[in-house]
Amino acid sequence: MSIEDVAPRTTAWTIGRIIEKQLPTPTTVRLRMHVEDRQRHWPGQHYLVRLRAPDDYVAQRSYSVASDSEDPLVEFLVEKLPGGEVSEFLADVAEVGDVLELRGPIGRWFSWDVRTPALCLVGGTGVVPAVAMTRAARRAGRPELLRVLAVARSREELPYADELARAGASLALTRVALDGRPPGPPTASEVAPLLAGVEIAFVCGSSRFAQLGEALLMESGFPVEKIRVEQFGATG
Amino acid sequence: MPVTRGFFRKRPDGPEGRLPPGQYDTGSGWPVLTAEATPRLDVDAWTMTVDGLVDNPTTWDWRQIHALPGSTYFGDIHCVTTWSKFDTTFTGVSVDELLNVAVPQDDATFVMAHSTTGYTTNLPIQDLTGGKAWIVWEYDGRPLPREHGGPVRLLVPHLYFWKSAKWITRLELMAHDRQGFWERNGYHDRGDPWREQRYQGD
Repeated sequence: MSIEDVAPRTTAWTIGRIIEKQLPTPTTVRLRMHVEDRQRHWPGQHYLVRLRAPDDYVAQRSYSVASDSEDPLVEFLVEKLPGGEVSEFLADVAEVGDVLELRGPIGRWFSWDVRTPALCLVGGTGVVPAVAMTRAARRAGRPELLRVLAVARSREELPYADELARAGASLALTRVALDGRPPGPPTASEVAPLLAGVEIAFVCGSSRFAQLGEALLMESGFPVEKIRVEQFGATG
Repeated sequence: MPVTRGFFRKRPDGPEGRLPPGQYDTGSGWPVLTAEATPRLDVDAWTMTVDGLVDNPTTWDWRQIHALPGSTYFGDIHCVTTWSKFDTTFTGVSVDELLNVAVPQDDATFVMAHSTTGYTTNLPIQDLTGGKAWIVWEYDGRPLPREHGGPVRLLVPHLYFWKSAKWITRLELMAHDRQGFWERNGYHDRGDPWREQRYQGD
C-alpha cells in the first residue's frame, strides 16, 4: 500500500468506562476500558480521549491502543507529562467506573495488517503500538511475522518490558547494560539482522527517537517508502 | 456528552479571541507530527510547480522562487491534535505570486498540494488566494527546521496545520475536489479550526 491508497473510515464520538486502572511506573498509567458501539481496530491505530469540564471546556488527546481487536476491552498506556492536563487527569484523578468520551479507531496509515512481515523500532511509550501488534500476531498464530526492537533508558522505564521480552522482542537500553550489551542507543548493526524478509517498518517514539529510528533503517539499506512513522512531542 | 467527573479547566484560553474551540496554547513548544520518514531535501534539486488547470504551467527552482517578491506571515497556527501556537513568523512567498504567473483557468476551483514524500492535501482555491497562503522557508528569521517541513513548506494558517503540507513541491489546480492523505484517512476536507472541522462529518 502506498500513501495514495489509504482508505477512509468514519468514526463518531462514543463513551467508554474505565474497568481497570494501574500505575505500572510513577510516570505511566494503564487503562482498560469498555467502549460502547466499539469498532474493530488494526494494531497501530489510536483513539481520541476527550475530557469535559462543567463549563463545557474540553481537552482531547490521541492515545495509541495497546490491546488487539479480539480483546473485550480497549487498553491504553499513557505517559504522565508534567503539566499535561489530560495525562495528569488520567493518572491522578480518573478512577475505575469513570466514563470518558472516546472516538476511534483512527489512523489507517500507521497500522499493521497482521500479514506483512514487519519490524517495530519503538522507544519509550512508543512501544504501545508494538504491544498491540505483538498481541495481534500471537492471537493470529503468526508471531514470526513481527520483530520488535524496543528502546528505553532502563528496563524499569520500558512499558510492557516483560511482555515484550517474553514475545521475543530485542531490548536496547541506553543508560544501563543488559545481558552483556553495553548501555547506548541501538546501532545499525543491531537493526540490520532484524530486517531480513521485513517488508514494512514502524517507527514510534519521541521526535528525537523517530529521527534516530529513520536514520538507522536508512543506514541499514531499508527502503524509505516502507517506513511508517508515528512521533509525539510533549502535548500533555 | 457527560461532564467528566473531577475534570476542570486548568489552562488559560490564551490571548482573547484567538484560541479556537477545543484548542490549547502550546506556548513556546512546537510539537512535530509526520506520517513518513523525514526527508533530507537538497534545495539545489528541489523545484516548485504550479500546474493542472492553469494557462502557464510553471516550475521555479530554489533561486527563482527566492527572486519573487517576499512575504511574511505574523500570526497564529492551529493543529488538529489540539495545540495552537501564537505569534509565529514565517517568511517566503505568497501563493498569489505563483498563481499570478501560472494564471488559473476559470474552472480551477480546487487544489491538491503535493509533497516530495507523496503526502497530499486538498484545498478549495479560495483558501490559497487573497493573501491567505504562502510557500515558506524561514521560521522566526531562521531557515525552516527539517522536522517542521524544512527547507520549504506550504503555510495556510487559517486552516488546521495538516493543510500546510511539509516539503511542498507542487500545487495541482483541479476542477473537482479530490481527497488528500489525511482527508482520505478521515480528516475533514476543509479543516476550519473556528468551526472545529477536525474529522469527516464535523
